[in-house]
Amino acid sequence: MTIQRWLILAAVLVLCLWVLLPIYLIVVSAFGPRDAVFAWPKSFWPVDFTTETVAFFFGAQGVLSGLLNSILVALMTMVMAIALGAPAGYALARFAFPGKNVYRLLVLMTRAFPIPVLAVPLTVRFIEFGLYDTLLGVALVHTALALPFAVLITSSLFLGIPRELEEAAWTLGCTRLQAFRRVVMPLAMPGLAATAIFAFIVSWNEVFAATILSLENRTLTAFLISVLGESPLYFKFAGGFFLIVPALVFIFAIRKYLFSLWGIASR
Amino acid sequence: MPKERLLAYLLLAPSVLFLLVFFAWPFAEAFIVALQVRGEWSLGNFATMARDINFAPALRNTMLLILVIVPLQVMLALSMAMLLTRIRRQRDLVLYIWTIPLGISDLAAGIVWLALLSEQGYINTVLDALGLIEGPTLWLSYERPVALFVAVVAAELWRATAIVLVILVAGVQLIPREYGEAAEVFGAGAWQRFRRITLPLLKPSLQSALILRTILALEVFAVVVAISGRDLTVLMGEAYFWQNDYRDAGVASAYAVLILGISIACTLFFLRALRVREETEMR
Amino acid sequence: MRSARGLVGVLLLAGLTVATAATGAETVFLSSQLRPIEEAEKVRQVLLRDAPVEANFITDEPPMVVNRMLAEARAGDVSVGLIGALHGELQPLVEADVLQPVDDLMARLQDRDFVESFVELAKYGGDTQYFIPWMQATYIMAAHRQALEYLPEGADLNALTYDQLRQWGANIQQATGDRRLGFPAGPQGLMHRFFQGYLYPSFTGGVVTRFRSDDAVAMWEAFADIWEVTNPRSTSYAFMQEPLLAGEVWVAFDHTARLMDAFRQRPDDFVAFPAPAGPQGRGFMPVLAGLAIPAGSPDPDAAAQLIDYLTRPEVQVNLLREVAFYPVVDTELPTDLPQGIQIAGEAIAAQTAAPDALPSLLPVGLGEREGEFSKLFTDTFQLIVLRGADVRETLDRQVEVLRRLIEETGAPCWPPDQPSDGACPVD
Repeated sequence: MTIQRWLILAAVLVLCLWVLLPIYLIVVSAFGPRDAVFAWPKSFWPVDFTTETVAFFFGAQGVLSGLLNSILVALMTMVMAIALGAPAGYALARFAFPGKNVYRLLVLMTRAFPIPVLAVPLTVRFIEFGLYDTLLGVALVHTALALPFAVLITSSLFLGIPRELEEAAWTLGCTRLQAFRRVVMPLAMPGLAATAIFAFIVSWNEVFAATILSLENRTLTAFLISVLGESPLYFKFAGGFFLIVPALVFIFAIRKYLFSLWGIASR
Repeated sequence: MPKERLLAYLLLAPSVLFLLVFFAWPFAEAFIVALQVRGEWSLGNFATMARDINFAPALRNTMLLILVIVPLQVMLALSMAMLLTRIRRQRDLVLYIWTIPLGISDLAAGIVWLALLSEQGYINTVLDALGLIEGPTLWLSYERPVALFVAVVAAELWRATAIVLVILVAGVQLIPREYGEAAEVFGAGAWQRFRRITLPLLKPSLQSALILRTILALEVFAVVVAISGRDLTVLMGEAYFWQNDYRDAGVASAYAVLILGISIACTLFFLRALRVREETEMR
Repeated sequence: MRSARGLVGVLLLAGLTVATAATGAETVFLSSQLRPIEEAEKVRQVLLRDAPVEANFITDEPPMVVNRMLAEARAGDVSVGLIGALHGELQPLVEADVLQPVDDLMARLQDRDFVESFVELAKYGGDTQYFIPWMQATYIMAAHRQALEYLPEGADLNALTYDQLRQWGANIQQATGDRRLGFPAGPQGLMHRFFQGYLYPSFTGGVVTRFRSDDAVAMWEAFADIWEVTNPRSTSYAFMQEPLLAGEVWVAFDHTARLMDAFRQRPDDFVAFPAPAGPQGRGFMPVLAGLAIPAGSPDPDAAAQLIDYLTRPEVQVNLLREVAFYPVVDTELPTDLPQGIQIAGEAIAAQTAAPDALPSLLPVGLGEREGEFSKLFTDTFQLIVLRGADVRETLDRQVEVLRRLIEETGAPCWPPDQPSDGACPVD
């Protein structure tokens, strides 16, 4: 092995540790006894493994339902963002038409506006339309937040797929739709998956709109932020841990898409 | 080509409709709120905002955070994307690990770094073992603004670099291998191939990543609150506190309008600086 | 891919079902109090278990509770059945006329023997009863026993002065090398109450009228000195029981409910005592929480039954036992109360009965703009103490903010300021 390969390996390992070590340490904190948060010096190995903290965290009302709500809201957001965003992204990438730049700018501006102001005027109307305190209501606002990203990312994605391929399919007798499904979609699928993760994350991370637009049906983040400032350190750490768990699972579940993305380029 | 044009508009229509209802309309209402004080048109909210003792520090901190975090993240993500092209085994595992932070909320990232940096935290334990500090040391306090700033940068770097990475990796995937191989045949070194081929072809991805991250950095909020409380003020935090604690939607909206202005300026800058020509993209 | 799409569809449907099926027969009890997760759990699992009607106890931060009630009233669709909030927090709702008067209910509850001054407070200076008193608390001091040996010579814990507090902190720092006084000056801490109800009254004898007096200048200078020996983490503290239990802080000021864990978990380690006194007396702030029914409540009868239940003497004692808020009805306290509650109770009694006691109310009459009033004090603190601005100049600038606020709201003076006709005169 050359020095260069060793360097690359070292860099990769360091970067992996950079991601994993903080997660490992929050796990150790979450599964330690309550007073371990004040222990000094800190042990890097789990001592006194106990589920007392975690059990208390899950026993607290609002945690389990918050978890479920967060996932459902994020899934709804994901579906709506892709369904609305990908067609627009495609149009931006493929067609020249008047108003294109205006649309592009408007889409960017959407995301550039802070969440609070979107959510506050929405509260009263949401009550009027029966959307207040529903998961769908929160998901709709999250979709408004995620949609511009979906448009932006998919447009850059479709831009990267040579239109000659599509045109070739047309000359071979495919209709526009067929060409899209058979040629563009397979190439775009991994990227769309990345876009979907992104929409999921936007929703999963969002706190303010979720807090302001809900009363009982709280997402986990909204629930946590409303009790966090008043919670003891061990509860915070357990909360941090359970916010992270879905990240591990979710990214693991879609790793194939990320990997097949890899496969296309090395074909 | 009117038929193509029609198709384009049809594809755009659903998103436009959605954004009209869930963006344009509350957006307009927010502007109205920012420009009214107790029912009368006025710039009073902006005056209150500018007079506030936290306005100047919040503006300064937000701009500094963007200037530090965004370039660091793009450089780090670019290095990671390049490293990924050089790994032969376990690429999917590495990619998985590096993208884990994608699913980590900013709130969680703040909590994680709070655990690392607290007085009796892990980082202090290491510093103590190395003899750099003596006993538990308080970093996250108003007396150490630099430490607070570094902590927020570290947490953001840890959490949000993965987003840039995914966009860049998606971009790198789409660069045909043949280009690099051809360049290699002509004797181009690794650095030259990166500069002359990879980087230019990554432009659309880079543009997306930069815009995205800048706007997200403008909105940085939960991480800052989790780590510093209010010792480090940022624009988004002030908007939240005015809305939530002082119940002054007018001033909160004024902050929002300011944040909007800054984001538009940044976006326009990146669109111009990294101009992408659709038709000539993959020559 | 098809199966994945199907899965998403199913989940989406499930989400919609959950989203729409969230209405039940139970009464929504929205509270700005008892928010800490452990306390809220106690309310749900212990206090409301035997309630005559099903209640769903949910909490939110005070401004959110108020905003929500105003929004629900504006939309004409009220989902909350019962509100539990502080006297001052309910006021904007009174002004917006979104509370249902409860005079009838009050008449029915005559046998409860409510503290008379609390019943009056619930009328906001008029004749209509807007809420039923629920529970009370106040702010006191707590100290770790280790700190007692550094108490300045001649100082009496039950009659401490601010000067002695500073000296105490200095002694501790000298002996241990650490600053171990603590204040809840974090974003979610109640530091503004310390300025409004304790420091200002103790040093100036007023709050609004004396905001920029020479006494106030002396006060801020004295407090800056106290801050010199205060743990710098104080700007992030919300609940002082945390740093007390952690040993970061040895002497602290906070709300009784926010100190209770320390007394409860380690009753032998911690003592409670009244707030210190300044030149004008021993300023302190009693806190009253009330129960109110929103106009258009989905089930006013259920809400009334809940109020009836929550104000029963035995439930009030249970409330004290579980979450350490003190009763608002005249009742004999049992002798078997947990030690922590006893510790705090003695300090509260000593504080109220101190010869130099100077009770100060929560701000009254500022309505929705009370947050601005609190911000005024924390901003002034930020500028003078944390950023080292000139005291005189800062007060002269900040007083304009106060003047505008008082004039625009027309709020009359409240104790300890002398009563005024019309807006409280500033300066």
